[in-house]
This record gives sequence, structure tokens and C-alpha cells, in this order.
Amino acid sequence: MRSLALWRAAGLAVLLAVAALIPLAGNVELTQVSVLVLMYVGAAVAWNIFSGFTGYISLGAAVFFGTGVYTVALITKHLNLVGGVVFALYPLGGLAAAVVAVPFGLVALRVRRHTFVVVTIAVFFIFQLMASNFSWTGGAVGIIPQYLNWDQATVYNPFYYTALLIAVAAIVLAWAIWGSRFGLQLRAIRDDEDRARGLGVKTMRVKLTAFVISGFITGTLGGLYFYFQSDALPQYAFNPFFDLTIALMAFLGGFGTLAGPIFGALLLEPYLGWAQQQVTNTYVAQIVLGALFLIVIIFLPRGILPTVGEKLTAFRAYRRRRAAERGAGPPPGLPVGATAAGSPGPTTRSAS
Amino acid sequence: MGTFLRALTDGVLEGGVYGLMAVGLTLIFGVLDLINIAQGIMVILGAYLSYVLWTHLHIDVFVGLLITIPAMFVLGVAIQYLFIRPLRGRERTSMSLLACYAVAIITEGILYQVFGSNYLSMNTYWSSPQATFKIFGYYLPYIYVLGFALAVVLVAAIYFMLYRTQFGRSVRATMQDHTAARLVGIDVNRVAALTFGIGVGVTAAGGMVFGELNAFNPNTGYDLISRLLAIVILGGMGSIGGALGAAVLVITLASMVDVYWNPEWSTVVFYGALVLVLVFRPQGLFGRKEARAQ
Repeated sequence: MRSLALWRAAGLAVLLAVAALIPLAGNVELTQVSVLVLMYVGAAVAWNIFSGFTGYISLGAAVFFGTGVYTVALITKHLNLVGGVVFALYPLGGLAAAVVAVPFGLVALRVRRHTFVVVTIAVFFIFQLMASNFSWTGGAVGIIPQYLNWDQATVYNPFYYTALLIAVAAIVLAWAIWGSRFGLQLRAIRDDEDRARGLGVKTMRVKLTAFVISGFITGTLGGLYFYFQSDALPQYAFNPFFDLTIALMAFLGGFGTLAGPIFGALLLEPYLGWAQQQVTNTYVAQIVLGALFLIVIIFLPRGILPTVGEKLTAFRAYRRRRAAERGAGPPPGLPVGATAAGSPGPTTRSAS
Repeated sequence: MGTFLRALTDGVLEGGVYGLMAVGLTLIFGVLDLINIAQGIMVILGAYLSYVLWTHLHIDVFVGLLITIPAMFVLGVAIQYLFIRPLRGRERTSMSLLACYAVAIITEGILYQVFGSNYLSMNTYWSSPQATFKIFGYYLPYIYVLGFALAVVLVAAIYFMLYRTQFGRSVRATMQDHTAARLVGIDVNRVAALTFGIGVGVTAAGGMVFGELNAFNPNTGYDLISRLLAIVILGGMGSIGGALGAAVLVITLASMVDVYWNPEWSTVVFYGALVLVLVFRPQGLFGRKEARAQ
């Protein structure tokens, strides 16, 4: 087991090293897409900290995202800030989102399941409409930052490393929460909220804390988005597609697991980024995405990683038993799997 | 006074049509315990079907319903059979929500591919300026009244089906308790498929009237589903009378805001009302307490 943990750590280190090197390839488009991928990784992990761990499916993450976008946009506009100093404002975007999350959570977390989903959608629409109707948000025209006078070849690098930092921080936070007492309380709520409450979990406080943490991370990413995309528009800052995409990413990878949302985002966002650039076939890309999802939902209902993990565990158990049945036969280290791989069907099922 | 009456009639009549679409949604929720996110785009699909029948075959939109309602019914049964029924296990609820969403984006993609993203209007006799009559000092289009009447007839038919037929009895039993319904010999899968078909089928009628009243494109489905969800939650999930009442109530409210304040804010009032109601009555205006339990 110890060696497994070591392998994992080594794998993560390699992954991180590769991630750190991507901008050095000098391909501007690659860096640009990678920033979006990392933002979605961060957002999906943040979504999972609340929704995945507690089982409350939120389709209102864009509320936090948009709040972050507009906070940074309004501060830079009124203080007339430009350039690198803007990067220091991102935590403020997160803070504003966290402040919004408190009343939002106090209202929405009173209801459960379907009703909760719909309340988050409703709050989302209220925010989007406020952004397009108030005059101080710039209305439908939005807010456009001052032109960034940086070298075109490396203009996205600072965004990339900030996004990487936020994504890694979100993952580490999710991992820390997962194993902690707080994380156990969240998962107890997911399994049976009433019983968790009976056992002394202060459910409202715990849910709200996770909601606010999730909002903070998403808001920070929103702040990053403003300068990266050079606009704060109601329909992009508060984007219904954002809500759905991160939920789909988490479900695709494995809902409520640690690695699932990361995997889902890494898998899905490059495809979405590519699809958006296909001007002629963008609708075909949309249809393919929907079909893909139906296939995943029906054949891998618990997400890719858990299903594959289950199959793998079952397969290992099968191999081990085969080795034991042979008694004095070859030790488990030898390639007995080569013969077992041919017929894992019926026996695997009885093993699990 | 004239303005007030106008806002009131508009709101009540249009609310009836929304009520019809919301009844389909709440019926599906009650029987299958899932939110059909695709209901919005199905309404738009119904509008496009009526549009095609009118522009290419010159079939009047009301006569066309004889074709579109059965077609949408079959589509609903097929969706339930292919994508909803296979789902099992603990995450069934959230998975079925996502399956419906996948169906919605596929439908949206197909509609975009076929019709493009331009806003369409029906351009039938019913949406022309001649098809109006004068009441309370302003001109009210016939389609408002006819749409409302259509909604009333269809909702009455659904009520009749639910409370006066053997099938309706099975539907109500399934809504109350799946396991018990199965134990007394009800084919729950069949009930679920037919209910989904009925819920989607009524969107053909709702979509036709919606298309006569508003310009639409495939993206309109999102706005519509959010409104329908707000109505269904306000009325109390699974409550058919509640959905009707809530629809008339909020659409009238939105129509009042339209007239007295600013059309841009009417949607905010709409969702604001939802949030406000949920703070004080989490089970919705007409919902029973059980409706929100696990």
C-alpha cells in the first residue's frame, strides 16, 4: 500500500511538472485553451466540494462566478487600475462571492433535492437579470477593461499560472476537507441528512460553510476570467452553460469523488473549446456532446472513474482468487492475468 | 382602470397556457420523481412542428394539433423508454435530471441545425392584427382566448383521465407509493412511460400557443423551462391544481409589473416571488408537507 501511495505522489508530481511546462511550449492558442481547462478544473472541484460531498445538486455556481467577474471589473473601472496589479484583486472577487453565498445559502439550503436545484436556477436568473438591468453594471454593454499592453506571445502566461495556482489550491483544499471531520459531516448529510442531524451534526452550519467555500473559489476564478476574456457581460459572466458544464464534468468523472471532477474537466473542456471554434459545425458538436452524455449516463451511471475502479477491483480479486485456486501454482507476481484476461465476464460479477 | 383590467386579462389568459405546460411537468414529477429539464425545449419543438405544418403544408395550427400532440406523445414515450427507464441505483434522481438535460441539448442542437438561430414567428391568421376584438378599450387577440380555452379543455381532459378512468387510478396510486402500486399489480413502468408521453404531449399544444404569442428560437427553451420550474415549485411539486394556480398567479403578477413598472423587471419579480415564498413556505403555496420530504 505504501508503494501505491508513493506511485500516486510521483504521478501527481509528474502531472504538475507537465502542467507547469505547458506555457513554455510557446504556443499561444494552446496556453489560451489550457487556461480555460484549468479554470474549469478549479470550478468543477469547487462545485464538488459542496454539491458532490453533500449531494445537493447546485445549478447556481455561475452566481459566484459572475459576482467575481463583476467585482473585479467594477473595482478596476472605478480605481482605474491596469496591468499586473489586477491579479491582486482576484481574492476580492472570491470574497464578494462568499458574501453573496451566505444569504443565497440561507434561503436555498432550507429545501432539498429537486426544489433546491430549482431555487439555485431561480437565484441564478435573478443575478443575471440584475446584471443586465442595473445601470452601474453597464447593462447589456457590460464592462470592458483597458487594453493590456503585453507581449502577444506570452500574454496568457500570467493567467495560466494563476489558474494553475487556484486549481491546485482547490484540489488540495478538497482533499483536506475529504478526510477531515468536516468532510465526514458533509458526506453524512449526503447519505442521510435527518439521521446526521439526529447524531448531532449541525447540518445547516456545515452545509453553509461548504457552500461559502465553494463560492469563494468560484468567485476567484470569475475575477481571473474578467481580464482573461476582456469583458464582463451579463450573458457570459452569468452563463447557464457554465452551471451545467461543471455539473456534467463532475458527473462524467465521478460524482462526489476527489479525482472525478478533475478528470471530467480535463476530458470535457478541451472538446468544448475545440467545438466552440468550429464555426460551421458548432451545432453538430452540441448534438455529439448530448449523445456522449446519454451514453455515459446509461452505461457508466456512476461516472467514469468509479465504474472503471470497480471493474479493476473486481478483476484484481478475480486474479488473486485464480492464483489461490492453483495453490502451488505460479506466485501472483507472474503474468497469470494473461490467461485470466480472456474470460473475466461471469466470474467478475459473482466476485463483486 | 383600463390598464389594470388589461394586465389582469392578459395575465390570466396567458397564465392558463403556462398552467397547461406546467401541469405536464408536475405530472411527470409526481409519477417518475424526476424533473424533466427538457420540457422547455419540447415546448419550442412543439412550436416548430406547428410552424412547419403551417408554412409547408398550410394546415391551420389548431387542426395541426391533431398531428403534433400524438407525435410529441410518442416522442415522450420513446425518451422515457430509451433514456430514463434504464437508470437505476442511488444516483437515479440526479442522473435522470442529467439525461433529460442531454435530451434537451440534443434537441436544441437539431433545431439549430434545421432552423438556424433566427427568431421565428408563426405568421398565421391568428397572429395577424385582424384577429382581435375590442374589450376594456383595447384590442385583445383571439389567440389569447382560444389558447386559454384550449388549455382549459386539455387540463379538464387530464383531470378526467386522472379521476374517472382506471388508468388515472393507477397513475394516482403510483404517485402516492411506487412499491405499493407495484404490489397491487400496477405495471408501474407502463404508467411511467404513458405519463411521460402525456406530459410531453401537452407541450405540443402549449408550444403552438406560445409560438403564436411570442417570437421564438431554440434558445427560448431555457427561459421557458426556468419559468415552468418556478411555477411548479411555487405550486408545490406534484400538485396539479397548485401548478395551475401558481401559473395564473405569477404570470398575472409579471403582467402587472410589465404594465406598471418596466417589462425588464417582470422576470426578476417572477423569481423573487419564488424565493420569497420558499423562505416562508418551503413546500410551495399549495403543496402538502410530504411533497418535500426525502
